[in-house]
Order: sequence, then C-alpha cells, then structure tokens
Amino acid sequence: MNVNKNSYTIGFACVMVVFVAALLASMSIQLTPLQDRNIELEKKQNILQSVGVFVDRDESEKYYSQFIKEELVVDNNGNILPGSAFDIDLGDELKKDIKNQNLPLYISILEDSSECYIIPLRGKGLWGPIWGYIALKEDINTVFGAVFAHKSETPGLGAEINQSFFQEPFRDKLIFNENNEFVSITVKKGGATEGSMHEVDGISGGTITSDGVTDMIKERVGRYIPYLEQNKAVEKDSIIITNLISQVNG
Amino acid sequence: MGKNSLFSKKNKSLLTDPLDDNNPVTVQVLGICSALAITVQLKPAVVMALSVIFVMCVANVVVSLMRKFIPSRIRIIVQLVVIASLVIIVDEVLKAYVYDVSKELSVFVGLIITNCIIMGRLEAFALANSPWESFLDGLGNAFGYGWILIAVAFFRELLGAGTLYGYPVLEKLGVYELGYENNGMMILPPMALVTVGVIIWIQRMRNQKLIETN
Repeated sequence: MNVNKNSYTIGFACVMVVFVAALLASMSIQLTPLQDRNIELEKKQNILQSVGVFVDRDESEKYYSQFIKEELVVDNNGNILPGSAFDIDLGDELKKDIKNQNLPLYISILEDSSECYIIPLRGKGLWGPIWGYIALKEDINTVFGAVFAHKSETPGLGAEINQSFFQEPFRDKLIFNENNEFVSITVKKGGATEGSMHEVDGISGGTITSDGVTDMIKERVGRYIPYLEQNKAVEKDSIIITNLISQVNG
Repeated sequence: MGKNSLFSKKNKSLLTDPLDDNNPVTVQVLGICSALAITVQLKPAVVMALSVIFVMCVANVVVSLMRKFIPSRIRIIVQLVVIASLVIIVDEVLKAYVYDVSKELSVFVGLIITNCIIMGRLEAFALANSPWESFLDGLGNAFGYGWILIAVAFFRELLGAGTLYGYPVLEKLGVYELGYENNGMMILPPMALVTVGVIIWIQRMRNQKLIETN
C-alpha cells in the first residue's frame, strides 16, 4: 500500500478527524453530567466556606440545605426578583448591562442564629476569571468570611488567592467607613496599612491578581448597596420600633 | 520486538539513557518553557511530571502502532492530533472522576500539548520503532524530564519559600531564628534557568563525555 498517495493522505486525514471528533464528542456527552455535578457540589462547598463551614465536597449538599436559608435574586435598585440565586451563572450576568443584571444573593442562618449575607463575586485575574464569595454579618458592614478561586492564575503567585493565609485576613474587615460610605476592601501591594479596617495584604509577585480581587469586590458588592442599604434601614427601623415598644410597655 | 527480549540491553538503555546521557532537558535542552513555568513549587511539578509520563507513553505507543499507516506528509499533524486528543481525554476524565486533581492541574494539562519533548519523541522514535520499544522510550524520556523538573522545583521551593510540598521545613528547623531569610529571587522564572544551568554543570562534571569539543 502506498501511503504517500494524495488520495490516501486526504482519506487518512478525513477518517482521523471523524474518528477523533466522534471519540471526543461521545466522551464529553458521557462525562458532562458527572462534571456538572462536581461543579455544583463545589459551588455549594464554596458558599459554605464563606460562612466558615468547611466540609468535604460530597457532604456539601447536606450542610448547604442546613445553613443556607434563602437564595434571592435582586436587581441593581434593590428589588427582589423571582428565581433562585443558585441557578444564576454570574459569568453570563456580567456580560449584560448592569440595569438588566440579576444579582444572586444567599442568606445564611448561622449556628448562633445570626444572619449572613453571602454575595457571589466574579472578576478578572491576570490570565483568566477569578471568583469567590464574601459573607457579610448582620450589620451589613463586617466581613464574616471570604473565599476566592481562580481558573488559571500563576501557581505560587496569583494562584495563592485560594489559600487560607490570603482569605483569613478579610474576616472582620469593614466595607463601610465611619461616614457610612462604601469603601470596599483593598488588597494592598506591599502590605496593608497597620490597623486599617479596609485593607488586607497583597501577594508578592501576584499584584495583578491582587488588584483583580480588589476590583471584583468593589464592583460586585457595590451592586448590592441599594438592597443592603434598604435592609440596613429596615433593621434600624425595627430597632427603633422595639425601643418604642419597650418604652411604651415600660 | 523481534529477536530482542523484553528487557534486552538495548531496551534497558532506551529507559536509562534519557535519565542521564541523553536527558531531554539538560542535554537536548528541550521542554525548557515548562521547566520555567511550573517549578516554583514541588506539587505542580510532580503532578506535571506524572501527566507527562502518561501522555508520553500512550502517545508513543499509539503513534508506533499507526506508524505504517501514517502518510509522511501529514505526520506532524497526526502526531499533534494524537497528543491533543489524549490531553483532552485526560482532562475530561479527571474533571469527572477526580475533580480535585483536575483543579490542581488546571493550566498544566493544556501545557502538555506544547511540550516539545513529546512531539520530539514521536517524530524521532515512535515513527520508526515497535510499540514496546516506543513505550520504554516514552517512559524513559518522561522520567528524564520529570526528575529534572522535580529537582529544580525542590530547590526553588526550598530556597524561595522555605517549604517543601507546602510543608514549612525551614521554619520547623528553626533556621529563621539564626537570621536566615528566604531568597525571593528563586521564585522568579530566571532562577529556574540558573538552576537548570547548575544541574547541567554538575552533570557534565560527572559525565565528561557530554562535554562538546570543537
């Protein structure tokens, strides 16, 4: 058989392409449900991590239903929309104009029965998308916890954002300053200013990824301000009302 | 295989030559790009070494089995298709069954495709030799590549971050109290080249026949 004839070469190429395409396509169809399931469980695991619940991926389903009470969808004006936060793909939402974006928000009830607002994050790192979750305490100011993940940041540098030494300092930081203005949290190159409530240490050699985290938190959390302000107001009202009631009763 | 037994002297040298005398990284100077990119820490280096071992062995065997049917004018394309398909299959299977490992590998899986050592062995060896010999050649070269990668990563992680496989060795040994500091430069890519250079230097000191004469 002459394997160098034009007709053979073209035939070989065609057969090879069809074979490889069929092989890869059938593999993909077979494995996609399993892969999606892993991704879903990981998402639940990450959401739980932001409120300090560290569980195995396989167990995340059980704990998720235990700790996460509400899956809300809100818009940029603070109105609650129909639908579930879990079904929203933030990557798709970010492509839309901000007016049309559905903002997912999870509300968790912790063991001490306090509420936590969990805001999903998504932004740009150096090489690809970065994402995460930031949980705010009931006062809608103090960070309860934060988790970050990335697709393809540089190992040993930007990729370290998924490590606890980077995420831990976010805890107890404040997103509003004394004048009640939204300042978000900055990942600072060269290290956070001593005693600052709005800064955490950046990663040496991972400045672009660190800046990506800063921008992501500022942009994403900023979108929820109308909704969060409303809740803050409601909370203040309820405090005033309880005070009034106790005064009346007293 | 022919008249050669499974582990004849020739077959053994297929396995051992690439570890030293004909090392793909230090002698042939191939695969340098990945040696720079992923040797900051030991863990990704080990994972990368394992993945390359798998892809290289299987690709070598597949191409060797097809060697009599591959039209020579499109052989490079065929080799690339074989490598790329294998890498995608590995990636998909890992994502479905061992999700954590897949996350660990992340970009490296894709990087395997660009590793010139793999295509180099397909082109130089598998196209002309039987599957068993090709398998041994793939295994030998992948190990030759892997041990250099791991050696470089060992020194870069130890001297750059003071850890090994994420474990803070130097801190536990208490050398920081004696005034020692991590050398941040080891984390930067140029130091990977210098480290590879030092390995080449030591290797040629021990193995004089590698020294070129003009």
